[in-house]
Amino acid sequence: MKKNYLAYPYILWLFAFILIPLFLVLFYSVSSKDSSMLTLDNYKRFFDPIYIQVFVRSVNLSLIATLICLVIGYPVAWIIANMEPAKRNFWVLLFVVPMWMNFLLRTYAWMTILENTGIINTLLEKFGFQSLNLIYNSQAVVLGMVYNFLPFMVFPIYSILVKIDKNLLEAAQDLGADKKSVFMKVIFPLSLPGVLSGAIMTFMPAVSTFAISRLLGGGKVTLIGNVIEQQFLLVNDWYFGSALSIIMMGFILIFVYILRKVEKDDEERSIF
Amino acid sequence: MKKKLFLILVIGAALIFAGCGGEKQETLNVFNWGEYIDEDLISKFEEETGIKVNYETFSTNEDMYVKVKSGGSSYDVLIPSDYMIEKMAKEDLLQELDYSKIPNITNISPMFQDLIFDPDNKYSVPYFWGTVGILYNTEQVDDVVDSWDILWNEKYANKILMMDSQRDSLAVALKKLGYSMNTRNETELEEAKQELIEQKPLVLAYIVDEIRDKMLSGEGAVAVAWSGDAMDVILSGETFEYIVPKEGSNFWIDAMVVPANAKNPDAAHKFINFMTDPENAAANSEYIGYSTPNEAALELLPEEMINSDVAYPSQEVIDNCEIFRDPGDFISVYNRIWTEVTIY
Repeated sequence: MKKNYLAYPYILWLFAFILIPLFLVLFYSVSSKDSSMLTLDNYKRFFDPIYIQVFVRSVNLSLIATLICLVIGYPVAWIIANMEPAKRNFWVLLFVVPMWMNFLLRTYAWMTILENTGIINTLLEKFGFQSLNLIYNSQAVVLGMVYNFLPFMVFPIYSILVKIDKNLLEAAQDLGADKKSVFMKVIFPLSLPGVLSGAIMTFMPAVSTFAISRLLGGGKVTLIGNVIEQQFLLVNDWYFGSALSIIMMGFILIFVYILRKVEKDDEERSIF
Repeated sequence: MKKKLFLILVIGAALIFAGCGGEKQETLNVFNWGEYIDEDLISKFEEETGIKVNYETFSTNEDMYVKVKSGGSSYDVLIPSDYMIEKMAKEDLLQELDYSKIPNITNISPMFQDLIFDPDNKYSVPYFWGTVGILYNTEQVDDVVDSWDILWNEKYANKILMMDSQRDSLAVALKKLGYSMNTRNETELEEAKQELIEQKPLVLAYIVDEIRDKMLSGEGAVAVAWSGDAMDVILSGETFEYIVPKEGSNFWIDAMVVPANAKNPDAAHKFINFMTDPENAAANSEYIGYSTPNEAALELLPEEMINSDVAYPSQEVIDNCEIFRDPGDFISVYNRIWTEVTIY
């Protein structure tokens, strides 16, 4: 208790840069340009079909991206976790190094790869194939999400897999389980917490991104993040923008809560 | 315990305030469009006056407006367009210029003075002007280009570039339909929205600053472009042409203004006068390819620029164009329509 004062700078930080701004956003979301009365109009406006459509699109694309990350990320985490420690660190490093580079730069790089006159299409044409429309559509946006957020899926899973007690696997095999059952009944259930935090860490930035959809969607794939950006930077309607942000926060909170609940239920089951 | 808390607060406060003060050099904050100045001129201004220039850029008038209006940062010189100047003047965001400090104003052609958005040039000194039109690559386009309709031609699907700019893109659709780009009629705007939504599957991308690169690399075949950007592309590649469609288009003027809350209006006036000097205006125009309203500078520009229909169109073409006006509160309808187009 004595050393509690070490926490004060953070508490100060928490108030100044997290709680007060959050409160301001909340306040804006229930205010309006025209009157000083509090109002829920900004929230009502969200239920206009056109905004619901964007919302559904954002959730859809982010869920697809999260799923692809899981399908790609799990085997990668598994492979790395089963390497000798020395090799393992090298591979982890390979995954981390690209993240040291600014993510906008990496997304711009994708543009030059996917463009009509980009690397892939130039090669395709060289070998006599038809060129493809790879950029400025929702697939390109999903690709950008997967590329940028894949490490957030791999690392949580990896850090759990690497800690699984190998004796458990041997025990399962001794009791007659084949490879498939060992994976389905022992490894995968044990790694579930990693999968869940990986899913949350991938889904959250994906659903709120506006840069990836701007660069790889070319202004044609508008996500909820773009609408929020537009409210603040173009239309100057901070009230509606704030309401949208609060709705997104609420949605992510519910998403995280449900995932956590799934995880807890699962723990209970595994005890009995 | 309490003493320690106090100590931490004091140290924290001291650290925060240590960041301010110190620096005494005179500074000037300039806020301009992206890729819209010959940056050598900034160094030249700094050398001549000893004033340090902080240069920042924006990509649409609306971006600029929100940033100035929200008051987070203070600028001394802004370079917005006509309708935005009208709006900002109405909202008392600009200060009147002191022409005794801008003797170079006499260089500006009368054609660009006392225009409708700022009668008497109370607030603004013209910087560049131009039109909005269609820039196309003759290697990829074999139709006759003289109308906005080409942007709806399915033959060029995925080769069409539109502007990610509310007023400009809506203006294209409104003009195509034969309406005024300053319309205050909601049904006309709804029709324009339908046009843009129909066109959307054909559009490669909605961008602003990247249009030049995408045209030069052959990504796009037809683009809505500002005449200056078009000039730049035409001078760099041989297969490009630019026209102002027959339905009419936008004639615009970007001008230098001083915001009401400028910290250094004196330096701002110096900067405006500096940029209006014939030699500097000519260098600037030659460097970025936009058309100068500076009569004295025209004589210093290369022939190929002055004789170009792209940069200096005939009076007939200009007369067929409209200047954007500030729609006042009606802007909320424009905002809604454009949001619905982008979201769709």
